[in-house]
Amino acid sequence: MNILELDSLKKYFATQKAVDDISFNIKQGSIFGLLGPNGAGKTTLLRMITGIFYPDSGSIQFNGQPFHPEKNNIDIGYMPEERGLYKKMKIGEQALYLARLKGMSKNDAMDSIKKWFIKFEMESWWNKKVEDLSKGMSQKLQFVTTVLHNPKLIILDEPFSGLDPVNANLIKDEIFNLAKNGATIIFSTHRMEQVEEICDHIVLVNKGKKILDGSVSQVKQDFKENIYKLGANVLAEQLMTYIFEVVKYEPNQLLLKLQHDTTTNDLLKYFINQNISINSFNEVLPSLNDIFIKLVEDTKATRQFQNIES
Amino acid sequence: MNKIFLIISREYFTRVKKKSFLITTILVPLIIIGFYVAIFAISIKGSDDVQQIAVIDEAHIFNGKTDTTNPKLQFTLIENETEKSFLTKYKNLGYQSFLYIPKVIDSVAKNKFTLHSPSSVSLTTMSDVEDLINNTIRKNQLIANGIDPKEFDKKSNSVTLDNAIETKEGQKKSFAGVAYAVSFGCGFLIYMMMMIYGTQVMRGVTEEKTNRIAEVMVSSVKPFQMMMGKIVGIGAVGLTQFAIWIVLILGVQMIVPLIFPQFMEQLQHANTASSEDLSFAATAFEGMSNLPLAKIIFLFLFYFLGGYLTYASIFAAVGSVVSEDQQEAQQLVFPVIMPIILGFVIMTKAVNEPNSSLAIFGSLFPLTSPIVMMGRITYDVPLWQMGLSMLLLIGCFLFFTWVTGKIYRTGILMYGKKPSWKEMIKWAFRKTN
Repeated sequence: MNILELDSLKKYFATQKAVDDISFNIKQGSIFGLLGPNGAGKTTLLRMITGIFYPDSGSIQFNGQPFHPEKNNIDIGYMPEERGLYKKMKIGEQALYLARLKGMSKNDAMDSIKKWFIKFEMESWWNKKVEDLSKGMSQKLQFVTTVLHNPKLIILDEPFSGLDPVNANLIKDEIFNLAKNGATIIFSTHRMEQVEEICDHIVLVNKGKKILDGSVSQVKQDFKENIYKLGANVLAEQLMTYIFEVVKYEPNQLLLKLQHDTTTNDLLKYFINQNISINSFNEVLPSLNDIFIKLVEDTKATRQFQNIES
Repeated sequence: MNKIFLIISREYFTRVKKKSFLITTILVPLIIIGFYVAIFAISIKGSDDVQQIAVIDEAHIFNGKTDTTNPKLQFTLIENETEKSFLTKYKNLGYQSFLYIPKVIDSVAKNKFTLHSPSSVSLTTMSDVEDLINNTIRKNQLIANGIDPKEFDKKSNSVTLDNAIETKEGQKKSFAGVAYAVSFGCGFLIYMMMMIYGTQVMRGVTEEKTNRIAEVMVSSVKPFQMMMGKIVGIGAVGLTQFAIWIVLILGVQMIVPLIFPQFMEQLQHANTASSEDLSFAATAFEGMSNLPLAKIIFLFLFYFLGGYLTYASIFAAVGSVVSEDQQEAQQLVFPVIMPIILGFVIMTKAVNEPNSSLAIFGSLFPLTSPIVMMGRITYDVPLWQMGLSMLLLIGCFLFFTWVTGKIYRTGILMYGKKPSWKEMIKWAFRKTN
């Protein structure tokens, strides 16, 4: 079942087509990666999903119903890229305030805060102020305030920036946990290795348009270039053939690109026939990073200002 | 509705719980009172030094005697010197200034004499010297016409004027000074509160924007709720401050008779008491009790709220469009503060001439009416003017919250360049966002 269905969303600003006809669906319980270069329209898209902006046209379905910001915002937790908390307010009071603004009763909010503060070892923070916290600490607090009210949809914009590996893992485990318990997570980042590790499904946007949509493994399959890594001691003169071309040559390791009509068996047969002993052989899939760069580099990565007549 | 209440209570309690709130609430009136007491004390006390003034009296009006009631001025008649010759000497002889009266003076027309001094002479000294000369010339004239100056003083009378106003409850004594003070005080208070709490709203909004908490908030509540919550919460802080002041004043009124019983006793017999201070206090009390206090308090609260809400929404919009740069804020705030200051200026005129056309205009125009109307409330304002002024103020408040709400919701999430007035107006009248 889809928790979110976006249908041809458009949002134009005075000089930019920030979001230009984007549609995609997000399955309940999945971890969804929203990727794109700087200024691609990610934040605008997220702001429409959180009800901060109204789309110029198009529709959003939330949980099978038309999206209604006032009604649905209690089911959404949003952690913006630029963190924001009241600096002078006590941490406990602040968490309580934000949870109650999401419609929780005082008692429920207290229970939830206690649970999360214990889990993240933040009990001693209660009477401290945000300005006393380090950047990483306030990041943790921001994450907690985002998920306090058990939202069905959690939107995290660059959740790991500024975190040390220990705390980053803590949050990562929590993200998996939340997804396992039925929450859906939209994860927006430029850090492709994190996306590969965490996300089930990704969408890549650039210049306000969707240019890629699929599961991580599917996308990798789609963009593979028939490159294989062969571990063997091969002499250079033993590579004179039409069935593959050498991408990279090292004395005991080769990167080979297969020609279209050949199979991996043809390739292996070729080496076996030459009596070369093979230590390892595996397919090399492109990293998301490579795919990202390849797709974005084709276009002008930086946005140009233009005049929109609407 | 529940959410806006949460916002109001956060805005309210974070401010009221601060130590600085209690301190300013109690200290500010003390400082203002202390300030006025100090000015009053200084102005009546003056300097302690006795001023030595030399007089060259070529017309012989003083006849060798200089009578002055002011013990701080010591006149010495100088003989055998001319204006020119003495000009170089008087400083060395220990005189602060010297007065020259020429030989020929006109007893009827205005005369102009010169008081020489190395630096400018205070106004009180000038008027004391003038009084001395005038009294002396008058005395000389009386004697010349065969009238004994003492007899003349006995026969001339002095009049004090009371103003009686006819009201439905019967005749009332009016006390122009008290009415003036109450009007001016109310206007000044509204002026101060609009400035102080208006800028507090603006700073609060800018803080939320630069802290980036705004984006977290608007994913939970509507920007309009955020704006109104802040405005109402801070307004409630202002009302709390008024309440504390009223309690303090009442408390002082209760406590003073307990500590100084003889003072109050004297006050009750003030009409027969000869002491000038006491009759002044009595006048103030009687004047206060003759003013329509309930009406004044109601109008004060109405105009405070109306003015505050209108300006606070404008301040909130200004706060939402500026970023960290304080200078930007200054530039945008200036046009907002202008009408407040204008209102204050018109108010100072209105307390003197409550029915002048400027005062009437100022008390109808909604951007100045909260302050200017205070200048007129102790006088009888025609009912239609009062009603029209109130309606205009409510209309203005509704219009500005509608317009500024739209600027606010766009501005609070915009970073970087400060928008121009043109852009802001465009946001304000755009249909959707």
